[in-house]
Amino acid sequence: MNIKLLGLAPLALIAILASGCASDGVQDPAGGSTTGGDTATTSGGTGTDNGTGASTSGTTTGGSTQMDPLDDPSSLLAKRVIYFEFDSARIAPEFEEVLTAHARLLAANPDLAVVLEGHADERGSREYNLALGERRANAVNQLFTIQGVAARQTDVVSYGEERPAALGHDESSWHLNRRVEIVYQGR
Amino acid sequence: MTLIVKTTRWLVLTALLSWTVHAGAALTIEITRGVESALPIAIVPFGWESPLPKAPQNVSDIVAADLARTGRFNPLPERDMLAKPQEGSQINFTNWRILGSQNLVVGRIRDLGAGRLEVRFQLFDVFKAKQLIGYSIPTTTDGLRLTAHRISDLIYEELTGEPGAFTTRIAYVVASRTADSLQYALQIADVDGYGPQTVLTSPEPIMSPSWSPDGKRLAYVSFENRRSEIYLQVVDTGQREKIASFSGINGAPSWSPDGRRLALTLSRSGSPDIYVMDLASKRLTQITRNFAIDTEPTWAPDGRTIYFTSDRGGKPQIYAADLNGGRAKRVTFEGEYNSRPMLSPDGKKLAMVHGENGVYTIAVQELQTGILQVLTDGNLDESPSFAPNGSMIIYAEKGRTQGSLAAVSVDGRVRQSLQSQEGDVREPAWSPYPANSQ
Repeated sequence: MNIKLLGLAPLALIAILASGCASDGVQDPAGGSTTGGDTATTSGGTGTDNGTGASTSGTTTGGSTQMDPLDDPSSLLAKRVIYFEFDSARIAPEFEEVLTAHARLLAANPDLAVVLEGHADERGSREYNLALGERRANAVNQLFTIQGVAARQTDVVSYGEERPAALGHDESSWHLNRRVEIVYQGR
Repeated sequence: MTLIVKTTRWLVLTALLSWTVHAGAALTIEITRGVESALPIAIVPFGWESPLPKAPQNVSDIVAADLARTGRFNPLPERDMLAKPQEGSQINFTNWRILGSQNLVVGRIRDLGAGRLEVRFQLFDVFKAKQLIGYSIPTTTDGLRLTAHRISDLIYEELTGEPGAFTTRIAYVVASRTADSLQYALQIADVDGYGPQTVLTSPEPIMSPSWSPDGKRLAYVSFENRRSEIYLQVVDTGQREKIASFSGINGAPSWSPDGRRLALTLSRSGSPDIYVMDLASKRLTQITRNFAIDTEPTWAPDGRTIYFTSDRGGKPQIYAADLNGGRAKRVTFEGEYNSRPMLSPDGKKLAMVHGENGVYTIAVQELQTGILQVLTDGNLDESPSFAPNGSMIIYAEKGRTQGSLAAVSVDGRVRQSLQSQEGDVREPAWSPYPANSQ
């Protein structure tokens, strides 16, 4: 199986990766350019719709033979989620190394851009959690700025508790949901 | 014999509710706690005078269910009735005294043809053998269910001295899991859970529905463009308008009592602050200004004070800001986490999410005395919303298999749960009284 896969054309591989990614509801990479039309459907009567807004996007990266550090699973850059304590936006020391790696990559590549998605666990009220998610994403953004990342390279979006990564109602799930996801654009 | 209610008023009411009902299963309501002193009442099946075999709605069942749901009435089961009178002259009061029913409702529906109906009903005091109220109400086949709720309102008000809220509706958000993503829907159902209607669907989150005071529009937050934005939508037509899409959070919309302004949360200046938007001019006035989180604004009924959540003291607590300026003052002191305030319609009580030792319940604080009463015993209760008559609070429960709605009386004595098959149900917003009904 593995040997056969290696024999496939690189394009096919990209396609497999892309489709795997698109089916992952939680990590869906904001589709960069494809926001355009409203994906929501309103009605005084109807209620059927549709695909997931930003369905397909051309994820073609030329024919570069060089390994992109963002694709290296052993790189620190492969870690793109950091976690927080309850009702806190303090960045724990264990995540500083990961964030510094991302900051360096962004500072060195002004064409790269990220969305910092802030999230909260389900405890407490929803709008307060929306604010808390933003505070967490802002904390990451500030760290990036200090390390030379340009303001235009980052965008902060909070989803509050609305897009949980884990669906349980206990600390093991809550821990996974109090997070900031670093989502590289156009990838 | 009877008071005849003005035709025009009822026609307006029925027109309001004549939209096409569609979408999934109704919410099922179950009383989970009632009061022992519930008043025994008998609601006799209404007569049906028509060439058609069956009335389009079972009016007496609807009225009995409405009254039972308040926890304050205990309707007599139909099988226990010794007779089924349809008007006052047919009543043998001794029968009903034996059954212990203090009050008795009888009525009949006449089919006037072409979809027009006339409903007559009378409410009696059984022990005094005396009519308390009697009405003749013109309606239509489509409007019959609403007429039944209106009858419930009239009976409830006569017997309790408080207006009923049976013709109101609730808006709420449903998140359902499809394949491997979530689908979000904003729905509206009658307050008895009947006829849920989807007014918005989206693959991205929908939050924080808020009714305009005339009950004709909803404000809400939608992430359909992958960020929070605030929309206003006309409920009947689906027509809508995006009114806030600033950098950062656009959240927590709350209509002013006069319907002309919207309080909202924006973080465009760096941290979430409370603003008020004039809806005609779209002009913004900033109400709070600091680096803490300020959010979840809600209006006092006089339109001059806004209550909101702030963590300026370290933890989320509720504060009040005067729109004429001055320093916001802290309102809640009991418990480590108080948020999502909502004022009772008379402005005397503040409902909130109250967190203590990791348990989140719905609590009510008397503003004058500062006394706080916890009303619910869930783990993760949220989003309290007052009925327009102030008698009940609807809220969301989570932490079980899926989120669902529940309602509790303001004194905590009566509780009901509203179950839906559809998915995770949350963020209930109780509508005001329908326009033109007062």
